[in-house]
This record gives sequence, C-alpha cells and structure tokens, in this order.
Amino acid sequence: MSIILQLRRIVMITVLALGAVSLLLILLGISPLTIGITLTKGSIFSWLKFNHVLTIWIPLLLCSCGLLFTFRAGLWNIGVEGQVICGAIGATLVLRLDNTGLPPAALLSFALFTSFLAGGLWGALAGLLKTRGGVNEIFGGLGLNFVAQGVVLWLILGPWKRAGMASMSGTDLFPRELWMWIPPGWRVAPAAIVLVVIVFLLTGMILNATRFGLKIKAAGFNPQAARLFGIRPDLVGFTAMSIGGGLAGLAGGVQVSCVYHRLIPSISSSYGYLALLVVMLAGYKVTPVPIICLLFACLAAGSIQLPITLQIDSSLSGVIQGALVLSGLLVYGLQQRKSRGH
Amino acid sequence: MIELAEISKNFGRVQALHRVSLKVNPGSIHGIIGENGAGKSTLMKILTGFIRKSGGDFFFHSENIDLNSPKDAREIGIGMLYQEPLDFPQLSVLDNFMAGGTDFSPGNQRTILAKLCNNFSFNLNPENKVEELTIGERQQLELMRLIRDGAKILILDEPTSGISEKQQELLFNALRSLKDDGAAILLVSHKLEEIELLCDEVTVLRHGKIAGYQKCPFDREKMLHAMFDILPVSQPPAIKHIAGEPLLNFHKISSKTGRSGLNSVSTTIRSGEVVGLAGVDGSGQSVFLKSAFGLLQPDSGSISHLLEVKTRAFIPADRLAEGLIPGLTIREHHILSKESGPIITSKSGLAKTRDAIKTYSIKGTPETEIENLSGGNLQRLLLSLISADIQLILMENPTRGLDVQSAAWTWKHLHSRLGAEEAIIFASPDLEEIMEQSTRILVFYNGSITLDTQTKATDYQQLSRAVTGEDSQKQ
Repeated sequence: MSIILQLRRIVMITVLALGAVSLLLILLGISPLTIGITLTKGSIFSWLKFNHVLTIWIPLLLCSCGLLFTFRAGLWNIGVEGQVICGAIGATLVLRLDNTGLPPAALLSFALFTSFLAGGLWGALAGLLKTRGGVNEIFGGLGLNFVAQGVVLWLILGPWKRAGMASMSGTDLFPRELWMWIPPGWRVAPAAIVLVVIVFLLTGMILNATRFGLKIKAAGFNPQAARLFGIRPDLVGFTAMSIGGGLAGLAGGVQVSCVYHRLIPSISSSYGYLALLVVMLAGYKVTPVPIICLLFACLAAGSIQLPITLQIDSSLSGVIQGALVLSGLLVYGLQQRKSRGH
Repeated sequence: MIELAEISKNFGRVQALHRVSLKVNPGSIHGIIGENGAGKSTLMKILTGFIRKSGGDFFFHSENIDLNSPKDAREIGIGMLYQEPLDFPQLSVLDNFMAGGTDFSPGNQRTILAKLCNNFSFNLNPENKVEELTIGERQQLELMRLIRDGAKILILDEPTSGISEKQQELLFNALRSLKDDGAAILLVSHKLEEIELLCDEVTVLRHGKIAGYQKCPFDREKMLHAMFDILPVSQPPAIKHIAGEPLLNFHKISSKTGRSGLNSVSTTIRSGEVVGLAGVDGSGQSVFLKSAFGLLQPDSGSISHLLEVKTRAFIPADRLAEGLIPGLTIREHHILSKESGPIITSKSGLAKTRDAIKTYSIKGTPETEIENLSGGNLQRLLLSLISADIQLILMENPTRGLDVQSAAWTWKHLHSRLGAEEAIIFASPDLEEIMEQSTRILVFYNGSITLDTQTKATDYQQLSRAVTGEDSQKQ
C-alpha cells in the first residue's frame, strides 16, 4: 500500500477518535484542550514521568509482539493475561530460590528465561486444547486466565505468603541484590529496554523475513491450502501460541524482576487486553506496534494526573484507547468496503 | 422484462464494465458469453444488488429502478445461481433450503423440497450437511430455493462448470420448463455448446464491453471471433506413453467421506499414464484424489505410495479456496512451494517467480496478491508451482471455469511436462475432456470403479452408459 494511503488512514483514525472523545468531553462540560495538556504533561514533560511511560511500554510491547505471532497464525490469543501471570510466577519461583550459589546476574537471566518458558507453556496449553481437544483458543485462553489468576492468589496468600501474615499486597520483596539494576534518577531498568528492543527486532525479522514467518501467515490465511504446501497448520498454530505465550510470560518476568521486585496479584496490569487493542489498531502489522504501544503507554501514564489536577477519573485513558481502536477498525472496514466496490 | 442501459462499473481505477446494454424478455433465455475477465460476473453481481453500478440505468418492466441491495433484487424476482455456491456449508440441506425464506416450518419445507426434487429428478437428502455435497448438488439446492422464493428472472453463472453430464441434463431440462413457464433467464457461460443448446439470443462481452449480439440460430465463427482476438487453438490429442512402473496402489480402499464415499476400490496407477476419472459429480473421484495425495485417511484398506510425499501434487477444483492462499503474493507462493533456507530476503525466489510469470503467462507481478488474479491465471499459477521433481499430479476438474484458450493451454502444458516416469490423474465431469486427454479411464459410480479401460478401447456411448450406472455390472 502506498505511503500516502497509509498516512491518510492514520490521519482519518486520529481525527475520528479525537473528534469522538472531544465531543464526549464537551458534552460533559470538560475542555478537551485541558485534558490534552494534562495528559501530555503527565507523560512526557518530565524525565521521571517518561520513565513511568517506559515501564508501561516495555511489558505492553512484549505482549504485543507475542500477539503478532498468534494473529498472523489466524488465532485469537485472549489468554495473554494468564500467560503474563505465569511468566511472573516462573520468575518469582527462580528469584525465591535459596543458596543457589549463582551470581545475581545469572539468577536474574535465569528468572527471565523461566518466565518465557512458563508463559510459553501456558500458551502451549491453550494451543494444545485447540489442536488436540477442539477447544476454541478464545475460550481456552479465557479459561486459563481465570486459572492463572486463581493460582497467583493462592501462591500469595498461601505457600509464598509474607513472613508473619499473608497480604494482598504481594509476597515479600526479593533481596536487594536480585533487583534488576536501575541507574540513579531512573525508574526503568536499561536491561529491560534492551531486551524489549531485541525481542521486537527479532519478531519483525521472524515474521517478515523468514520461511517460518511465511508459514505462519500461510496457515493463518488458508489452513486447507497450506497443507498442500507441506505446512501443518495445527503445528504452526501451536508453535505460534507457544511463542506468543512465551513473550507474554517475559513481560510478567520483567514486571517481577524490574518493576515490583515481588509477586503481586495484579501483576499483569491488564496489559494482555491492552495489547490486543494495540495489535488491532496496528492492523496486525509489525512496524506501527512500538509507536502505538508508546502512545497507549503515554495515555495510561498521563491519565494518572487526571484525578489529581482535574478530579476526572483516570479511566478516561481507556475511553481514548477504545475510541482509537474502534476508529481504526472502522477506517479499515470502510476502506476495504470501498476497494471491494460497495 | 428487464433492460440494462449503458451500465458501467469501476473498481478503483479498473473499469470492469463499460456501457453495457441488453434486454431479457419473459419466456426466453439470453446468453452472456465471454472469456475470463470479460466482465460477466461483475454484470451479474450488479443485477443481483451485491455491488452497485457506477453508471447507466436498469429498467424492470420499463420502470427505472435502483438495485441497492440483494434484497431489492430479490423483491422484483431476480434470483441468481452463483458459480461458487453461496450457502451455509455447516447447515443441513433442509436448513439451507429454509434460509432466506419466510416459512420456517420444517415440515412444510421438507414437503416442498421433496416435491421440487421430484420435479427435477434431483436426489438430495434433507438431513445431509451441505459441506458434504458436491458443487453440482449445492447448485441444485440453490436453484430449488430460488424457485421456491418465486424467482421470475433467473441468472446463472457458469452453471455447468464442475457438474456432471447427467446433472447438466437435469439442469437444462429444469431451465427449459422454467422458460416455458414464462421465466426470463440470463445464462452466463463460456461454453458455446451450452449457448447453442439453450439460448434464444446471445450477447458477447469482451474486456467489459459488448463485442457482439446474435439471435438464434447462431453463427459459431462470428461468436468466437467476437470473444477472442484470435481464434482458440484446437485441443491437443492425447500423448500415448507406455505404462511403466507402478506409482500408486489402492488396495480395497473404503471411505465414508463425501456423498458416496469409496467402496473397496482397488487399482494401480503406473508411470506414463494420464488417468481420467469419469463419473457423476460426487461418485468418489474427489475422495480418490484426496486419499491418493494423503489429505484423507481411508477407513479401511491400504494405499501404497511408491513415491515420496514431496513428489506428489494436488490441484483442487476450488483453486482460490482450497489450493492457494489469498493474502500471499505470487512470489510468496513460489517460496513456499520450494525447499529453501530459513531466511527470506527481498530477492528470495524472485528470479524463479519472474521466470514462472513469463513462462506461464500469468498476468501479474511477483508482488501481486493472488486474490487479484482471474480463474485462468490462478490455474496457471498452480501449474507453475508444480516443481520439476513432481512425479504424480492429481487434479480435480483441471479446466473448471477456464475459457477455451486457457483450457487448451493447460492441457498442452500438462502433456508436455509428462515424462515416462510420471503420471497424471484427473477428475472431470466433461466426458469429452476425458476422452481427449486421458490414456486410461476409470469410471466412478456410487463410490466404486465400474469401468477401467484404455481410452482407445472404449467409446463415448460406453462411457456415458457407465457414468449413468447403466453399465455397472460390466467391469
């Protein structure tokens, strides 16, 4: 598609979404401009606040990369939340180990690797339910989300409870030496940024420049015909679910080792659902994903200021994100309709 | 009854129709003929309200009407039989028959369906799922649904492609009786025989414009001349190879897939053979081909492949839905079809794809997404994907939906690539095609092979008897 057409599409989506949200705000008697300024100030106008944006951007981008794999394979991976939680559990398991004798850096790396494996297993389970059990991945994923949520609560209130008394605020903090290094004045671990950039580049490369990526696409577009090309659509779908789960698990691992330094019940922070919106708005394409993740992270971070300065609930960011995605789907739909000659 | 006045249609920059005018009177059959991509299907979709015209007028009983939706078209009695059936494959025959109607009482509808089936000598079980039917049977179901809904203007898009001789005869009889009842029928086709047999007048389309108009009796030469810039070449005679080593062996294969399944089918296919599978649509030919490729597992019996999987190729009848991957480009199809390293660059497969596009005269570039190709180009693309090491080619209706030139080209290509070590097995509802192209013929009837013969040892009469089951005792 030509660049002009793409630009036109982006402008149309933005105008539509902002128009709808502004209209809503005006009807509520709030100035859209004030909101805009507050959101911008709250997200990118200070280094610290931008750090906060990045702590959202990292797990969101990891989950989105995972979803790029599953969407390409024609699968609706609704189970990202559960996969994030499983990754977080996996990392916590490693970081709680006593007397391993391993240097902290090795243990942290091992924790992240375990989080990838744990999330991957959870994704693979949804994949297995689909290919072997005939359970639609949407229902399988949703069911597994509840299971994971139950498990994390059980762990926090049971086997991994705080010394003395169990608390919904999470497990005990890990020893200081097992916190991922964060430079003074930063709130985000440089290692996590490097990790997410590498994951994103690899995702783009695998999906767009490898035979495996092409197979995922083929199996997603037409599983029946893909078989004639020697592709096994069930195997490809299973692999995509495992990779998608793995990347979501990695997001959980990052949350545990770089952000909270403990396991908390809401460790997934709904990034799994938000990532679905990101990838849909990106039109299932790789390139726009980090930019949209950044935009969504800014909205989420900036909206924290809303109750403080304007006495407006921070869920407004969700309204804006929703409006963007709906406008996006609408514009894609209309353009497709037009090209089909309706 | 209906009149089109200077109808035009653009898809973006592509002009699919340019000022097309024609009339269809009650009690007559008007043929629309033209090669692939001439604009026939677009015209039909406008008439049924699925797409809107860009210019021109549509008159119904001299009244200017806008058809904005399929509902508008249905309301004035336009009913269309599409080339690819527009039905609900997961539902039963009866559910499909009821869909779109106004009366949802299964009892009533079952009776109406049975009566219509009886009128037209169609044989459909109301409880069967539509996905298990052949294209010919799905078409019968749709035709009956249209008639039940009181369609007075019937549009048929390539109604005989993919259906057997017997089903064709049933269909033609039904159309003639509908015509006698005063229906106006538009028949879109690229088969001259069909037009000559059925139509009272014919309009020829070429590149979206009217290229000719005739009343019965027709001048075949003039029609051909209007359709093509050059006259189509005649079909090549079958090449006779001496049958050699066995490539594929079916031993007492039974399957429950499809309408009739397979009943203890045993046969051996040898190198050098071009085997034509004849028979009424859904008599087991497709199940045979899919089992031979490995897409279906038989319920009992054994298939011995004397070839590796990667030396077999299967080309299904529904090329876009079953054979190719919409959304992928021509180059991506070529990359998938060949062994290569794990990394794909912008150069991967490019030279080979360009080569294939040139050799197979595919109208597109390596980066063309295949859903933008017409039927003939899709078939040539599929053929170009068959690599040189393929030894067994399995094809369902190789020339389905192709115009005379594309069909001739396809067969010429297939025969030329057939070496002494290789074999082709194809199913076709067209006995003429089977007689002209195959060296050996297997006739399927009700899931069994009822006749296995060398082509030169049989004739048209014997084959048509076997196909209709009259000769089923004789092996």
